[in-house]
Amino acid sequence: MALDRVWVFLEVAGGKAAPAGLELLTKARELGSTVEAVVFSPEAEQAAGDAGAHGAATLYAASDPAYTEVLLGGPAADALAALVEEHKPDLILFAMTQDGRDVAGRLAAKLGVPVVANALEVAADGAVSVGSSVFGATLNVTTALEGGAPAIVIVRPKSFAAEPSGAGPAKLVPVAIPVAEKHRRARVVDRTAEVASGPKLEEAAVVVSGGRGLADPKNFELLEQLAGAIGNAAVGASRAVVDAGWVPYAMQVGQTGKTVKPTVYIACGISGAMQHTVGMKGAKAIVAINRDENAPIFKLADLGVVGDVLKIVPQLTEEIKKRKSK
Amino acid sequence: MKVVVCVKQIPDPNTTGQLDPSTHLLKREGVEVVMDPGDEYGVEAGLKLVEAAGGEVTIISMGPERGLDAVRKALAMGAAKGILVSDESLRGSDALSTARVLAATAKREGFDIVITATESTDGYTGIVPQAMAEILDVPAVTFAKSIELDGDTLKVQRQTEAGYDVVQATLPVVLSVTAGVNEPRYPSLKGIMGAKSKPLDRLTPRDLELSGVGGASAGQSITAVEPAPQRGAGEIVKDDGQGAARVADFLAERKVI
Repeated sequence: MALDRVWVFLEVAGGKAAPAGLELLTKARELGSTVEAVVFSPEAEQAAGDAGAHGAATLYAASDPAYTEVLLGGPAADALAALVEEHKPDLILFAMTQDGRDVAGRLAAKLGVPVVANALEVAADGAVSVGSSVFGATLNVTTALEGGAPAIVIVRPKSFAAEPSGAGPAKLVPVAIPVAEKHRRARVVDRTAEVASGPKLEEAAVVVSGGRGLADPKNFELLEQLAGAIGNAAVGASRAVVDAGWVPYAMQVGQTGKTVKPTVYIACGISGAMQHTVGMKGAKAIVAINRDENAPIFKLADLGVVGDVLKIVPQLTEEIKKRKSK
Repeated sequence: MKVVVCVKQIPDPNTTGQLDPSTHLLKREGVEVVMDPGDEYGVEAGLKLVEAAGGEVTIISMGPERGLDAVRKALAMGAAKGILVSDESLRGSDALSTARVLAATAKREGFDIVITATESTDGYTGIVPQAMAEILDVPAVTFAKSIELDGDTLKVQRQTEAGYDVVQATLPVVLSVTAGVNEPRYPSLKGIMGAKSKPLDRLTPRDLELSGVGGASAGQSITAVEPAPQRGAGEIVKDDGQGAARVADFLAERKVI
């Protein structure tokens, strides 16, 4: 028995619906007879086309400009709680992003309903159940939510494919719930993007990632050159080098970073801590280059090369250039 | 200034965790336990704040009696006092129960800033700071990768998907910090010795006047556990000068070059 009403917390950036939210809308079509999206952004209305095309019949648009001036968690949870009261959804899906977690966490506390995070699968057979992996994806766990509606589930991006349903734009329902004064105590005063040029990490056919084995932050240039030679490739990083300040967090792949599922993932000087492998083991193929033949990454690799990453990566870049010029 | 830092004792993250096959609860027996490495950044952040602005750091934790090790470590790093909330009924608590217990403890203690990690390294739910902030009715300033305090205004760089936002908030707040926000200090020998005489309280949900928390009231239960399918290891070669060419062949087979 499917659910009656499933909501997706849809994030919007640059006037476009975030891909992770469209993945959730696609999944929601299987779970509920009515699928609706909720957006908190002055650009909310611009997402109606994409949201509708991925299955949302309705888009609740909270487009007060104040939503961009404050941290979203507090005011969005307030507004969602009011909307939940009015429309009684059975399930709300959030993507596992910073704002997704902020809103879902506050909403769960406000409503006193359970929340499950790190979902890789969601099923609704009367009750909602969630599949996730724990302990570095060594165990698969199924969790049933039974603590009242709505169930709140936070899903790792890339768990589902986004597929259009062919439907037209979602019906826009403006939400005129003001941002309470107390939420203005925490204000966003500046935003900085640290996104590299070239294909996005989540979308590239090849991801070339670096870790401590690169020995020096400047050696990330070698990975940039390799990615450039390959073409449709992006550069990622392990948590260790992000924490050490070598490269921005936007490049981090892993449990607390991005999930990637490229055709080929090339791990360069990455030992393969569980924290990291959770974010990349969904790659179709994995290549590992590491000096330490006992590195755990070799247990996952389709092709492992034991050797000096600082020698092999430049050789590989040259080899690819040579082959492409033929 | 009163800073409350939340810490958690977890199974050593360098070992693979296990669930009890009958109860589906985390196996704690016979497993090395440590302070969650993510919490060391929170303790350090708290100590830095009070070193600059005056005041003291109180460490709070929920968990079995062994959780005292994590609290003691934080005391050895320099925190002034510790509180462990422990009760058999709390076993199997979900994230929401955990947030209710920690929020009630912070409220009882009084705070200008409550600091947490962004998520625990064993459970990774990652919503406890936000849920605590909702219960305490204060802003949740989350995912901080740098922290500055100017009077009662906190200024942080907050990690985002694309980069970071600069966020300014007036106290009181709940603040979650990322690994990398600072370089946690090691407890000194003097710190370790001194920690033994610092106040360490034990509370139960009853002391906090909480009901309906703990495993029995968790709105979720694990219904199945199975080993995840593992990727098999493939071909491993030692680089003899041909390693790069072998990788190029592999990329060509996969049609990405």
